[in-house]
Formats: sequence, structure tokens, C-alpha cells
Amino acid sequence: MNWDWSAVGDFMPMFWDGLLVTLQALVLGALLAFALGLVWAMAQRSGLAVVRWPVNVITEFVRNTPLLVQLFFLYYVLPEWGLTLSAMVTGVIGLGLHYSTYTAEVYRAGIDGVPAGQWEAATALSLPKSRTWGAVILPQAIRRVVPALGNYVIAMLKDTPMLFVIGVLEMLGEARQFASETFLTVEVFTVVGVAFIVISYPASLLMRALERRLVR
Amino acid sequence: MSADSTPLNTSKETANPAADGSELIRFDKVTKRFGSNTVLDSLDFTVNSGKHVTLIGASGSGKTTILRLLMTLIKPEEGTIKVAGDYLTHEERDGELVPAGDRHVREVRKKIGMVFQQFNLFPNMKVLRNVTEAPVHVLGLSPDEAEERARGLLDLVGLGDRCDAYPSQLSGGQQQRVAIARALAMRPQVLLLDEVTSALDPELVAGVLDVLRDIAHTTDITMLCVTHEMNFARDISDDVLMFDAGHVIESGPPEKIFSEPEHERTREFLSAVL
Ligand SMILES: Nc1ncnc2c1ncn2[C@@H]1O[C@H](COP(=O)(O)OP(=O)(O)OP(=O)(O)O)[C@@H](O)[C@H]1O
Ligand SMILES: [Mg+2]
Repeated sequence: MNWDWSAVGDFMPMFWDGLLVTLQALVLGALLAFALGLVWAMAQRSGLAVVRWPVNVITEFVRNTPLLVQLFFLYYVLPEWGLTLSAMVTGVIGLGLHYSTYTAEVYRAGIDGVPAGQWEAATALSLPKSRTWGAVILPQAIRRVVPALGNYVIAMLKDTPMLFVIGVLEMLGEARQFASETFLTVEVFTVVGVAFIVISYPASLLMRALERRLVR
Repeated sequence: MSADSTPLNTSKETANPAADGSELIRFDKVTKRFGSNTVLDSLDFTVNSGKHVTLIGASGSGKTTILRLLMTLIKPEEGTIKVAGDYLTHEERDGELVPAGDRHVREVRKKIGMVFQQFNLFPNMKVLRNVTEAPVHVLGLSPDEAEERARGLLDLVGLGDRCDAYPSQLSGGQQQRVAIARALAMRPQVLLLDEVTSALDPELVAGVLDVLRDIAHTTDITMLCVTHEMNFARDISDDVLMFDAGHVIESGPPEKIFSEPEHERTREFLSAVL
């Protein structure tokens, strides 16, 4: 089997397009996962069973079904219900929703790790709920879980190729398209594989460094 | 300097009613259970405004439980608690006494401040913000007013120069003095102190007790303390209440309780701690 450097060169314009789409999906999906996960985690601590119960059902359900199935569901079933979204938006929602059920667990561990004395001090000062959460509990809880959240972002990166099945032209999608036209499979898939390592390995080193600094 | 710039509410014009000796705290047949463990059994006692009252009693006798009930960190199973004439545990609606709602509890609770054994400062905020947070967001003070009040109080506790430190950069004694300033910044009528020196290294205890002694002697704030520092209790208390098995078994001025206790349990307890 021959390695053709010129094929790598020819693939590059499509590769950059794909990389951009991958990173877009990742950033938007991660933001959604961070925000939604926080909503789940706080709802799970609600004093109202009517809030806790549905949230538990939703998060368990989403966590225990494959992302691929969820993507197909969102892409093919939502339009039947009259909600047609672009492949990219569907992919971001799928990724964000799926990973929000993991970030919810991370936040929950962080919140549980804040000493009871902090809640008591907030009560003793009569701080309103919004300040207790926003100024006292969450800043302490989130600081401790930043590395764990980061690790989920890396896991998410490695799940972005799944968006290809609903037609999002991220890195893998571009590679498939290029390969089917040129039959230069080795070169393009190697480039994509290397790209994943080049992004995720330094990111995981960064998370380990953060962990040493933030989690005491 | 404005009229309101004194760190403590010693003047009669402030929001805090002066210590006129009227009844400020009333426990009426308060029962508190943890599971099958009845910690307080139909407890009655009152504290008059401006008084400094110390609770003593063996470990597990329910002293902390009393302070936590007053701070609304826990709820009694039976009975009522009144602070400055308002029910803390209940509210009157259409002439009937019903369990208190959140808003009512928040209003009455503003009259009470607490200093904890473990300080419980907010580690993510600098010292100054620990002290301004509640005055700004609960009392509605402007940030400038709150800062002026906080700086005055931090000066009072000897930490005027550590406003920009984080709690973790302070010694335990310094942290506890910040916690005292934080509680006072809300201008409570009652200050609850639960063994505020027992988590401190011995050489740091005196500094904290000096601050409290200063506050006790220069203000009209009502204090309810739990302490194992009998000298401090003797020094600042108007009254000492001896607890045993969920009841007040003896009370009186410190000279009397400490030198000629009537009750056998009090004598046993004092000989163990003195
Ligand atoms: N949250 C809780 N859950 C279960 N039992 C509790 C709880 N808090 C207190 N108790 C029990 O209530 C009793 C009184 O406790 P409390 O802390 O009020 O005693 P104390 O007089 O402050 O003792 P110490 O001098 O050791 O601080 C103890 O038997 C304790 O085990
Ligand atoms: Mg105690």
C-alpha cells in the first residue's frame, strides 16, 4: 500500500471544513450540556417531588439509551411531529441532551461536596435562594468539578463522528466523501485519526493539570 | 461621618430596639426529637432583651439544638418559639396559628445572627465580601453603605487590614473574628454563639474572646452563648442556664451558679469542667 502525500494535500480544504464543523458542534453541544446538566442537578435537589420525579425519569432514560438512537429519533421523528431542524441543530441538541445527563451527575457530586455549614451560614444570614445558589454553593461546587466536566467534553469530541449518520459534514463525513471520490482511504482516515489525537491528548493533559490545581 | 457610620447599634435611633429588658426570646413547651431520641422535652425558657445568657450542660444535653432551633436550621416537633414578640415557628393567619411560611421565617430570622463553631465563612469570597454579601442582598444596603459598615466592623474585630484576603489565608482565630463581623453586619437583636472558640488553637482563643467581651460590654445586643470557657461565661453572663436531659434544671447569675450550685447535676458538671 502506498502513502500518497499529495492526497493528503488535496484533502486538506475539506478537512478544515470538517474540523470547523466538528468544533462548532462540540462547543455548542458542550454549552448545552453544561447548562442543561445544571438545570437537572438543581431540579433533583428541589423540595417538590413533582419536579424531582420527571427529571429523574428523563435523565435516566436519556443516559441509558444510545446517543445514536437519540440522534436518529431527533432527526427522523421530530419532523413527523412538525418540528424540522437542520442536521447541525439536531446534532447539537442530541449531543448536548445526552451529555447533560452526565454533567448533571458531575454537578450533583460537586454540590453534595459543599459542606453543610455553607448552607447553614447562608440560612443564618437569610440569603435568598438565588444568592445561596449563585454566590455561595455553585461557585464552590463547580470549581471542584471543572476537570470532570472537561473530561466529558473530550468524550463528546470523540462522539462527534456520530453526527455523520444524520448528515452533518464534520471531519469524518468530509473524509468519507473525499474517500468515496478518490479511493484514497488510508490517507484521509489517518489524517482524521491524527486530528482527534492532536486535540484530545493535550486537552486531557490540561484536565489533569487542572485537577491538581482545583480539586483539593 | 454620617450618623449611621458607627459599626454597632449602640444608639437608640437604629433599627434595633434598645435593650429595655423586655422579653426577647420565648420557648414555650418546645419538644425536639431526632427519631426516637427526645432531645428537648417540653422546654420552657425566656431570655430578656440586652441580656447575655450562657447555656451550660453535659455533652449531648441539647445546647446546640436550642441554638439551631432559634436559627431555624431545624424545626421543633411541638411547641412555639417567639422572638421579639413574633412567632418564629408559626404565623398567625385569620386568628389561627399555622406553621410559618418561608417569607415569615425570613423576616423574623433577620433579628437573629449566629456564629458557628467551624466559622463557615464563604471560602470563595474575600473577607470584605463575606461581610457585605448579606447586608447588600438581604437588607438592601447600597454597596457603599455595606462596605462602610463592613470596614467598621472589621476594624472592631482587629482585621481592618485583611479585607482583601481570602478566608483560607487567615488563621482560625482571624476567620472566627470575620465570622463575628459578618453576623453583626446584619445588626441582629440576638447573637447566637455556639462554642465559637472550641475549634481554635489555644493561643488564638483569647483574641476571639476579647472581641466578644468588647461587644458584650459596649453594645446592647442580646447574646445566647454555649461555651466551655467558664471564665468567659463568668465574665460576660448575666445569667447562666444549666441544662440536663432537655430541661433547664438550674439558672441564675454566674456568681451563684459557679460558686454555690444548688443542683447535684450542676455540681458534678462544674467539677468536671472547672
Ligand atoms: N442532626 C441530628 N440527627 C440526629 N441526632 C442529633 C442531631 N443533632 C443532634 N442530635 C442529638 O441530639 C442530642 C443533643 O445534641 P446537641 O448537639 O444539641 O448537644 P450539645 O448539648 O450541644 O452537646 P455538645 O456539648 O457535645 O456540643 C444528642 O444526643 C445528639 O446525638
Ligand atoms: Mg453542641
